[in-house]
Amino acid sequence: MKLSRNALWGSLLLLPATVLLWVFTYQPILTTLINSFYSTPRGRRQSVFIGADHYARMAVDPVFWKAMTNNAVYAAVTIPLSIVLALTMALLVQGRLRGTTAMRIAFFTPTVLPMVAVANIWLFFYAPDYGLIDQILSVVGLGGYNLLGNRDTALWALIAITVWKEAGFFMIFYLAGLQQISPTLLEAADLEGATYWQRLWRVVIPLLMPTTLFIAINAVIGAFRLVDHVVAMTKGGPDNTTMLLLYYLYQVGFGFWDTNYAAAITVVLLTILAVIALFQFGYADKRVHYR
Amino acid sequence: MRISRRTMGKGALAALGAVAMPAAVRGQSAKISFYYPVQVGGSLTKVIDGYVARFKAANPEIDVEAVYAGNYLDTTTKSITAAKSGKPPTVAVLLATDIYTFLDENLIEPFDSFIKSEEDRRWVAGFMPAYLKSAQVDGKLWSAPFQRSTAVLYWNKKAFAESGLDPEKYPTTWEEMVRYGKAVLRKDTSGRTTRWGVGIPGNVGSSQWLFGALAAQNGATLFKEDGTQVTLTDPRVVEALQFWIDLSKTEGVHPPGIQEWGTTPSDFLENRIAMIWTTTGNLTNIKRQATFDFGVAPFPGKVKPASVLGGGNFYIFNKASQAEKEAGFKFIKFMTSDELLADWCVQTGYVAPRDGAWETSTLRNYVQETPAATVARRQILNSVPEFSTYENARTTKVLNDAIGAALTGSKTPQRALADAQTEIDAILKPYRR
Repeated sequence: MKLSRNALWGSLLLLPATVLLWVFTYQPILTTLINSFYSTPRGRRQSVFIGADHYARMAVDPVFWKAMTNNAVYAAVTIPLSIVLALTMALLVQGRLRGTTAMRIAFFTPTVLPMVAVANIWLFFYAPDYGLIDQILSVVGLGGYNLLGNRDTALWALIAITVWKEAGFFMIFYLAGLQQISPTLLEAADLEGATYWQRLWRVVIPLLMPTTLFIAINAVIGAFRLVDHVVAMTKGGPDNTTMLLLYYLYQVGFGFWDTNYAAAITVVLLTILAVIALFQFGYADKRVHYR
Repeated sequence: MRISRRTMGKGALAALGAVAMPAAVRGQSAKISFYYPVQVGGSLTKVIDGYVARFKAANPEIDVEAVYAGNYLDTTTKSITAAKSGKPPTVAVLLATDIYTFLDENLIEPFDSFIKSEEDRRWVAGFMPAYLKSAQVDGKLWSAPFQRSTAVLYWNKKAFAESGLDPEKYPTTWEEMVRYGKAVLRKDTSGRTTRWGVGIPGNVGSSQWLFGALAAQNGATLFKEDGTQVTLTDPRVVEALQFWIDLSKTEGVHPPGIQEWGTTPSDFLENRIAMIWTTTGNLTNIKRQATFDFGVAPFPGKVKPASVLGGGNFYIFNKASQAEKEAGFKFIKFMTSDELLADWCVQTGYVAPRDGAWETSTLRNYVQETPAATVARRQILNSVPEFSTYENARTTKVLNDAIGAALTGSKTPQRALADAQTEIDAILKPYRR
């Protein structure tokens, strides 16, 4: 068989990327999948094939389900909230008014800080009585709340931090998106006598849809990927009310050293993310207005 | 002292073995690696580097590579991962409570075969029995106590004086703690509490530690010493948890919900809580920042005053060659000598786990400057080991969750502890022979 010169060159050029992807992405995924069907080796006890036992165990593992529900709530609240907030902030600071640079910096600062640092700062914001939040609440006669130490509020306290931190990051994308919108379209809208809100709803937001899609994908991944604040603030407590899937996975893998059960959880997490990505690129992408 | 005699017997056997061992093993040059965590603030890696340099100067044939590996959890994770990939450290400082995890993974070497000379046996006998106990399983010595700590009560003397209490008198019983707690309570005009009586950290990772102290104060223990049984449904254990809940619910002296470990020292410094339960390791920090006079006291008790031990031990990993293990043992003996432990105690606030260390001039001078440092040492006699079983991370999580559920009111203490007992029984069943 004679290989064309181009095909040979092409394959050679693809080789480095293929090797890297294989070694660091596909091979680990494959190994994880295989390991999830074997028991965890312990000291002298060898690893044996156990079929879907890990998955059966997961189905009745209350902490796993708690983590799943928490993550669903966490994603369902943080993603829309941080997107709306990011767009609002971007619209606020896009003009060339005085002070917008300062505002941009202020909105963006939370993003620059590492999540662990943020979590440690917020630990003191949330401190009962003398913490910033409780002091503000006590001005209006509320207060005395232990937001992180209460089952009903702990997850919401983490959600608030995430929104605060993520919104500034997404704002940057919206600012870039806003720069892309052709002024002629906005002027045309003005000539037609559109109000500010009409212009926003009919022109700006539709034209920002590709940006929104990109941000949404990032936000979904972030909702499953970012658990630094759980580690630093609650470690999943009290009583698993702030347990998120990735933190549980970490705990099972590197706390309990039940590495093959952790592999099974990884497979589930990967599947969830893959389904979301497929939906967004396959279905939502087609409905996004590009031109 | 039952324990040391047993180890001494083992040591004698080991000494016989040493005679038969080829001479080539001894006196050879060896390269060992040493993983250690830094859990408290300060530039302690420099101090460790200094110790290692001193050891190398005295033992030029042994090359020690000291690796700072993060906090305890990081160091444990790194050590186990390294061991699983076939290249474990030779020696490491890791949590005393993780002993069953390492045994279960078959990663560590008992010290007994290295204990040969009279001097070696004196070295073992020099450790405080309470700490030595946490290093022994099945009659073998698996680790050497190094940076140990214990939980103590800090009280705000100014708040005590303001409230008509004797500022020098700390509570010695539960009843006194509640009474003093009520006396120091302060409320603002709207009826909100601005100063609480007592704070006991109950977040994940801290609650099992301090709950061990509460149970011991009520005359109970949370687990059996072979690491395969827990006794959470013991009525005295349930009563201890009920007392913790009642502190805030019925007595109103403890802030509601879960008290956070990380903010507890600042709660104390901000005068929000007049008595806190935390580690001796916070002494240096609180001493530096307190704007008022405070004291450090041993824990109170109901049946008897009691506290709980914590901290890290030296382990030897079993995968190294005999010569490396011998060198590692020599290094550990150096690092846990009286003089070195005394210096480490002054530099960090950890409790030196050898009585001999407290007799050195270094520690005697330190104690004169900081009398609070001896409270920890005196309390050790009344202290119990930290909660530790096989599958320790898992069982500790179950216990933490149960305490969290009870403290936040979603389960009664009876229900929470009974559920935890059932769950832990299932986890530990394979380990019961």
